[in-house]
Amino acid sequence: MLGFFKKKKYPQFWKNHIKKVSESIKYSNFENIRFVALDTETTGFDYDNDRILCIGAVAIKNNKILVSDSFEVYIKQDVFNKETVKIHGIRKNGNEIKVSEEEGLIKFLEYLDDAIIVAHHTKFDISMINEGLKRLNVGPLKSKQLDTNYIHKKIASEHRFKKLFSLDELCTIYNIKMHDRHTASGDALLTAYLFLKLTNKFKKNNALNLNDLIKTNYYLNK
Amino acid sequence: MKNTIAERILDFLKDYPPFNLLPKSTLLEIAKNVEIHYFEKDQIIFSQNDNPHKHFYIVYEGAIRLYRFGADKKHVIDICDEGDLFGLRPLIMKENYLMGAAANEESILYGIPIDLFNDIILNYPKVSQFLIASFATNTRDPFSDKHKGKLFANIKAIKKPETNFIEAQSAKYTRNPITCSSDITVQEAALTMTKNIINSIVVTDNKIPIGIITDKDMRTKIGTGLYKITDTAGDIMTKPVITFPENITVAEAQIARLKHKVSHLCITKDGTNTSELVGILSEHDLNLIQGNNPLLLIKEIKNAKDAETLKFIRSKAADLTKGYIEQEIPIYFVTKVISEINTAITKRAIELSINEIGSKPPVNYSWFAVGSQGRQEQLLMTDQDNALVFENVKEEQYDSVKAYFLKLATKVTEKLNIVGFDYCPANIMASNPKWCLSIDQWKQQFKEWIKDPIPEKILLSIIFFDFELIHGNQKLYDEMARSVLKFIKKNQIILSFLGKATLDNPPPLGFFKQFLVEQDGENKDNFDIKSRAIRPLVDAARIFSLYHGLQINNTIARFEKLMEVEPQNKDLFESCSNAFKILLTFRTSQGLANNDTGRYVDINSLSKADRLKLKSCFNPIKNVQEAIKLRFKTTQIG
Repeated sequence: MLGFFKKKKYPQFWKNHIKKVSESIKYSNFENIRFVALDTETTGFDYDNDRILCIGAVAIKNNKILVSDSFEVYIKQDVFNKETVKIHGIRKNGNEIKVSEEEGLIKFLEYLDDAIIVAHHTKFDISMINEGLKRLNVGPLKSKQLDTNYIHKKIASEHRFKKLFSLDELCTIYNIKMHDRHTASGDALLTAYLFLKLTNKFKKNNALNLNDLIKTNYYLNK
Repeated sequence: MKNTIAERILDFLKDYPPFNLLPKSTLLEIAKNVEIHYFEKDQIIFSQNDNPHKHFYIVYEGAIRLYRFGADKKHVIDICDEGDLFGLRPLIMKENYLMGAAANEESILYGIPIDLFNDIILNYPKVSQFLIASFATNTRDPFSDKHKGKLFANIKAIKKPETNFIEAQSAKYTRNPITCSSDITVQEAALTMTKNIINSIVVTDNKIPIGIITDKDMRTKIGTGLYKITDTAGDIMTKPVITFPENITVAEAQIARLKHKVSHLCITKDGTNTSELVGILSEHDLNLIQGNNPLLLIKEIKNAKDAETLKFIRSKAADLTKGYIEQEIPIYFVTKVISEINTAITKRAIELSINEIGSKPPVNYSWFAVGSQGRQEQLLMTDQDNALVFENVKEEQYDSVKAYFLKLATKVTEKLNIVGFDYCPANIMASNPKWCLSIDQWKQQFKEWIKDPIPEKILLSIIFFDFELIHGNQKLYDEMARSVLKFIKKNQIILSFLGKATLDNPPPLGFFKQFLVEQDGENKDNFDIKSRAIRPLVDAARIFSLYHGLQINNTIARFEKLMEVEPQNKDLFESCSNAFKILLTFRTSQGLANNDTGRYVDINSLSKADRLKLKSCFNPIKNVQEAIKLRFKTTQIG
């Protein structure tokens, strides 16, 4: 009952998101699936008090990273933490064109469409986004989610269950040239490279299908 | 919107040809549309005869092998590594892949959409020239015969017209000139001009040129107090400007300048004064071309009174070479012009020397150049190689006649040395009694070389068989040339020896396509472009033309004649000719840049584009050496 009424109040962008994800027919065929590798830069690691400063993302389809299908948005925030500026380099009054959190998230959902999210330490990025959505009285994200960390754990038997790796460490293991770490888009691109390499390795041992991949994500898919 | 990812892609592309030839904005547009592919070792990117993809590829990481199936064997044709481009040609030709591509190791490729690139080929002549150069040297490719000449058939023809008339060439103007708007102050305009070290600034309104301010305006209008430096640029500018379209020729520009009495011409998109400004052509630009007019130089040479004047004129010829190379004038034309100038200088040096001696030569003679001068391929100042032949004389006259010519030759070589042609270290000069002989002595000598080809005589054959008349009696020269061809016809074994000698210079690529560099000595780690790349082609051209009895010395002319004489090997000789042109251009520009002979190339200092260009020249060398091996049975001798 309550759910029914609540649904009525959902803004259009959120209704669209739910509709796109639930009605997607692409998930059955790996070649057709649109993956979106994403990364966020935040003011810190506290879900309650910290905020997203930037979302960078790039799409992967049929084993190809599509630069033409990429996304980058800088978000205006009142919360400011001068400690993390050293890491991500986004200043409060920097040169980037910034939008409000609402506009940024709506744009992101539009871009995301029915794609499956791929990230590194996905839980962190998704939780930050979900906190933002909560402030807009919607959420959490309905999209299916993968984590490069867990895909790696699944195929790298010798490392399995041993530890979680940083993006840097995985890039070293998989021999990926690291250019600029700690920009959202830069890290999203690295994550995408990593995902290409991982899915190829994965394909070798198992015929690749989405269910197998999703299963690697036991942490996110309860 | 900021696009960090596209910027990363751009950062990579901008270092590699032909992308390094593109402006950043165009390159960013490409970068935004790149697809990134990942391939595991041995994974196939495309197979031979596959339909062309919508993208061609550049290797970002890893290595790709290109292969082709022959009768029943797979041949690996090339290994592409970081920054190498592949899979473009079939896309331009709109045909299936002629070869397959597979990952030689784990690789990441950038796929670049051909739709986007077609426009770029059309709009950036430098890009198409690069592509032509890299494709042209592959004509040996057995599959390419039917495609020859129509590589860009479905795109507008892009080749530079080959013209021998300087006056008809497009004038070289300065692109993207500095401009200002009419409402800035005179002072601001002057500051901009000073900062950019320019003597004129074009005043534009929305990119349309409306006037020009030159140093002269500053002098006559500001210096005299007519205007103040706080007045606007619009107040003092000279207007309207004289405009011309981009393809203005030198002759047109000269006439326009005289007619309108202006020092600067504005080059606009459609040539009218209501279209966008694209460049400016100054008096200085024109003088540069005019002052270096080869006809003018030759005239000056003819009037030169001493060797020092000749030296000065020759230095202007060096500027000319530089200009030609920069303007990408076909190298064959450049060698012709420079050879003409060198010949004129030698002639003048001979005339001056005869005047100094004070008595005319006792009998007919001819002065000829040998080696690279004989082949008319000398673009830079190198050693002099020359010789002299005189008519047969009675025995009692011989000593005095020879003494005269030795005296003459000594004076000539001294003058040439002053001009900048160093003495030949091997003393192959007409001043050496060994190379200043009567026609019968020369014939006898050639006969001995050909009949008894011991190594030192082979070496001399190689130098002296490329000989060209510079000055004197044509009949004597023709008689000598005919005797050489006649002896060779009778003793074809000499060709096997010449062949064997050239095969001692193997193609310059080592395992995994590394450049073979010098192992020791002063030039350690340098690539000897002369002996490893140019000489094998020169040798090959000589051997084949001697075989056919062709009385031609120039390597390009030789290969071109050989294409006619042996139509079945047209591809081979064409690829050799193209490779030779590229190498000679390369050596010349290196030499001009470093002010040396250009012989040794520091491989590490080369751009990727130059490295690729060089590499593409090595296949023809390999192929023509194979042909020599088979044709002249070089393995059967010692």
